[in-house]
Amino acid sequence: MINYDLVVVGGGPAGMAAALKAKECGVERIVILERAETLGGILEQCIHTGFGLHYFGEELSGPEYADRFIQQVSASDIDVKINTMVLGISDAKVVTAVSARDGLMKIQAKAVILAMGCRERPRGALTIAGTRAAGVLTAGTAQKYVNIDGYMPGKKVVILGSGDIGLIMARRMTLEGAEVKLVCELMPFSGGLTRNIVQCLNDFNIPLKLSTTVIKTHGRERLEGVTIAKVDDKLQPIPGTEEYIECDTLLLSVGLIPENELTKASMISLDRITNGAVVDEMRQTDHDGIFACGNVLHVHDLVDYVTLEAQTAGEGAAEYIKNPVNTDDMKYIDTVPENGVRYIVPQKIRLGEDKDVKLYFRVGAVFKNKKVVVKADGELISSKKKIKLAPGEMENVVIPADVLKKLDAGSSITVRVED
Amino acid sequence: MKKEMNCISCPLGCLITIEYEGSTVISIKGNTCKRGEQYAKTEITNPVRSIHSTAKLIGGKHPVVPCKTSLPIPKGMIFDVMKEINSLEIEAPVKIGDIFIENVLGTGANIVATNNDSGV
Repeated sequence: MINYDLVVVGGGPAGMAAALKAKECGVERIVILERAETLGGILEQCIHTGFGLHYFGEELSGPEYADRFIQQVSASDIDVKINTMVLGISDAKVVTAVSARDGLMKIQAKAVILAMGCRERPRGALTIAGTRAAGVLTAGTAQKYVNIDGYMPGKKVVILGSGDIGLIMARRMTLEGAEVKLVCELMPFSGGLTRNIVQCLNDFNIPLKLSTTVIKTHGRERLEGVTIAKVDDKLQPIPGTEEYIECDTLLLSVGLIPENELTKASMISLDRITNGAVVDEMRQTDHDGIFACGNVLHVHDLVDYVTLEAQTAGEGAAEYIKNPVNTDDMKYIDTVPENGVRYIVPQKIRLGEDKDVKLYFRVGAVFKNKKVVVKADGELISSKKKIKLAPGEMENVVIPADVLKKLDAGSSITVRVED
Repeated sequence: MKKEMNCISCPLGCLITIEYEGSTVISIKGNTCKRGEQYAKTEITNPVRSIHSTAKLIGGKHPVVPCKTSLPIPKGMIFDVMKEINSLEIEAPVKIGDIFIENVLGTGANIVATNNDSGV
């Protein structure tokens, strides 16, 4: 058995920031377990810019953003085990992991931070008829092929889903000489940032077809084309609107799912909406000393917020290692999403928290000229006008410490969209 | 001439209509702030973009290394600059900030590495 104070599962932006913060807070023995051969996570393949505007005040590419943290980790005495896959975490916080170099390892941790990130929704999660021809892949897989492995997965491309990765790949494939025919979006609005629609699609005259989906793929060995169709307000294809588009590649950018196999196997409670763990304001799960942060907790649109959240988890873990409090002895205030708000992270706040707590949330639809209203046990805390709210943009509200002090166990804080 | 565009200065994404003659702006409508006006003007008079791509890498851990233009370049030159990037053959090791091409096509921008590769 190997002993560490803190085991961090995942060496992407969340894992690195969490480990560094814990170190700064005085945790001595820390190890990061990373499945890939380098630290950095998905940032390594996100060679486009737009990272770090909030956190560093400058626009960096993904690898540059990651490198700032990789340098800090290298300069610290945090241990890093790459090519290492975590297989399980026991109730007693024994982490089982395996790598070609170390074989099977059992690591006894005082605290664990889950930072496994997320995964793309694959084709199997969609109901598209047709054969299993080559050329149908997720946008992120194509991104890895082009940006890391250095080859193009196709020449004539249709993209399903207008999330940011799909938009970014429309531009990337175009720059490398592919013809991107169109981007289809099932919803009547794009989930991507306006900046990306303008600079990745409009700049290259790539059409974005809203309320449109792919209903069939054609081709035996290799994809030869897709059939697209308009959808009605119940998102069902409208007969008579079908159109055949010739293409050899279909990229899917249809959502991200937190990668919580380990979390589930450890019987940690998950939130049905975020698909991540239910956590308190320090990002502690309902298992003592097990924390979660970054995209494994809820999918973020900006890495800057991942870094901040991971630092909170790192601080929480450091606190726990110094003073392990049993969660059974803790009392909580609930945070409740209502009327247009889909979810809130954290889902609960420890009673007795003496600092301001920031709640992150997402809305379920596009709203214009509305108010974000926060109430505690029915009493108005804040009301803020918003010209625009969209599902693609994560929002936040701060609950001041003096408000929290007045609340009791079982109190609830609601966040809602109002006229 | 009239042109519609979404402003990208902030997440609001105002739909701006700009009327212009050559590079002379006649009117700008639909923006809700000053930044929108500036954005629309620049888009008509001198639109610029940064390019992020990859260059061929010899002897690296990976066959390519990511790179970027150090400054935004004129939008009309995107594909010309891509040709320059795609003709590169860089030898590992590479460090973030290494200059692959100085003053690419006279734009004033350098092509610089955005990741490290210590080589095999």
